[in-house]
Amino acid sequence: MTPLRRMLDARRRLLDRMPAWTRPAGGTGLLVAMLVVPLWLNNYHLTVLTNVCVYAMLGLGLNIVVGYAGLLDLGYAAFFAIGAYTTAYLMTTYNLPFWLMLPAGAGLAGVFGVLIGAPTLRLRSDYLAIVTLGFGEITRISATNLDFTGGPNGLYGVPQPTIGSFTFILPIHYYYLILALLLITLFCVSRLERSRIGRAWAYIREDELAAAAMGINPIRIKLLAYALGAVWAGIAGCFLAVQLTAVSPESFTFNQSVQILIIVVLGGLGSIPGVLLGAAVVVITPEILRDLPANLIDWRLLFFAIVLIGLMIFRPQGLLPSRRRGRSIGGPRRDPVMIWAAEGEPPVAD
Amino acid sequence: MNTFLQQVVNGLTVGSFYALVALGYTMVYGVIRLINFAHGDLYMVGSFVGFTLLTAFGGMAQHLSGALLIPLAFLVPMGTVGILGVILERVAYRPLRRAPRLSPLITAIGLSLALEEGAKLGWGASFQVYPSIFPTTIWRPGGITISAMQVLILPVTVGLMLVLYLFVQRTMAGKAMRAVAIDQDAAQLMGIDVDALIGLTFLIGAMLAAVAGVMAGGFYSEIDFNMGFLIGLKAFTAAVLGGIGNIPGAMLGGYVLAMLEAMFSGYVSSQWSDVFAFSVLILVLVFRPTGILGEHVVEKV
Repeated sequence: MTPLRRMLDARRRLLDRMPAWTRPAGGTGLLVAMLVVPLWLNNYHLTVLTNVCVYAMLGLGLNIVVGYAGLLDLGYAAFFAIGAYTTAYLMTTYNLPFWLMLPAGAGLAGVFGVLIGAPTLRLRSDYLAIVTLGFGEITRISATNLDFTGGPNGLYGVPQPTIGSFTFILPIHYYYLILALLLITLFCVSRLERSRIGRAWAYIREDELAAAAMGINPIRIKLLAYALGAVWAGIAGCFLAVQLTAVSPESFTFNQSVQILIIVVLGGLGSIPGVLLGAAVVVITPEILRDLPANLIDWRLLFFAIVLIGLMIFRPQGLLPSRRRGRSIGGPRRDPVMIWAAEGEPPVAD
Repeated sequence: MNTFLQQVVNGLTVGSFYALVALGYTMVYGVIRLINFAHGDLYMVGSFVGFTLLTAFGGMAQHLSGALLIPLAFLVPMGTVGILGVILERVAYRPLRRAPRLSPLITAIGLSLALEEGAKLGWGASFQVYPSIFPTTIWRPGGITISAMQVLILPVTVGLMLVLYLFVQRTMAGKAMRAVAIDQDAAQLMGIDVDALIGLTFLIGAMLAAVAGVMAGGFYSEIDFNMGFLIGLKAFTAAVLGGIGNIPGAMLGGYVLAMLEAMFSGYVSSQWSDVFAFSVLILVLVFRPTGILGEHVVEKV
């Protein structure tokens, strides 16, 4: 038993002993803190916190694909790019209001999710990973080569969103905007997780054949996961475009996709609190390293890469594991049908 | 006509790199059904080990003859990267051999990132100019350009493939490797040391990637820590195109993909040639996932 695991298990035992009402209370406390504390923060801290929220949103979206449905997507940044470019293009060219961009960016990302998913989701799961990687690169190279996306420079001068006479200018305005979007995301994904669709995702993830035998259409349900995951990346992209007032191809590299994947794996595949923690760790760590004298910042990605490998070997369920875990994401090795039957019940401790 | 011939020459050169790297993908995939995303980065490390060696001996070039230095420039990276490949397998993949599918794939991504970032820290983030120890003669027969490096690359690649093919088909170890690819458990029951054979597969794959890396350094004369990413993806495409798990398929796939790409960039657009290559990957996976020479692979229950 590693010290890390001992520590985390002690934490879990402590949490299990606490009365049931403390669980939602933890979430409420975090929410109140997220709402109130920023009023006293400076612009730098607000920007970091805004980034945490953007990555949390991306993480929650990717979590639908990788965590719930068990499909490895290595080109997730492409959907992020589609949302951002849609917003930047429509707002700079046609001067459309930002609020229309949210459904447009989300919708277009979803459509691309279906277009790329429909022919490829029949493939073996590891082929899917490489196809999504290829798709991510195609999107990035197209954005670099095409004229209407502004080529390598990208698009700039995206107008600020407005509500009536109020214009979003300050970092704190953008912080509350992304916080609102994140809360909507959290509401939707936690409802999805517990829905009939969410259970179907867990089922095909654990045993596709058995799921198909139970009347679930694996292709359709995977496609739904893939498209819904893309939708959240599209919305995060819309926000990014107005927050930075510019988009360029460098924001959507393969490393970006990997970074989002690290967030999901670090926190715990399929775990919503895990994704939030993962986003905080991945975004805040480099900021702390930046303040240190040595050039530790250069070691950041190497460190995360080693963490990723170490997690897969020693703690595949992540730091804050999902309660509904099965064979495929580091749960106890049990019959997947039993997980299905015991749906809603927390599995026996690992 | 000149464009056509020139693109054939380019295709054969780039195809050699693709084929050598694709062999590593296909062998590892054949034996343990894993896409080793870090494989392209082994090519990069090979190139850098050669770079360091040649830079270190650069001052002695007048004492050491090229005839001695060139084999050294291949053998040292082959050895180093081969051992690195075995270590990666031992440390990162072996503990996950019975783990769910997603785990080794994510580990492979982590390894790829770790190698790239490690190389960035060790050799710097900018392009490095490769020491010119290889002959630099350029021929221009009938309007096309052929460098001595290009003339060197093709026979070296084909020779290595021939050796590999004979090894897999004619030796006891090669036979054991094929047995492990068909059924690991049955092979173990027959007394084959499966762990050692998987290690051997990684060793050979990594060595071939290192050769490609050194030759690419000499050919492009500039290398950087990121050079393995794109070729990794292309070589995987080549392996799929030829039929993954199939050794002659990887060789064929490498040359076919490079030819298609060279013709596309010669006649249509060089800006879009990467997009073209990835589109080929997606189309092959959708319409003929078994590739040109591959047999049907079903997802195991």
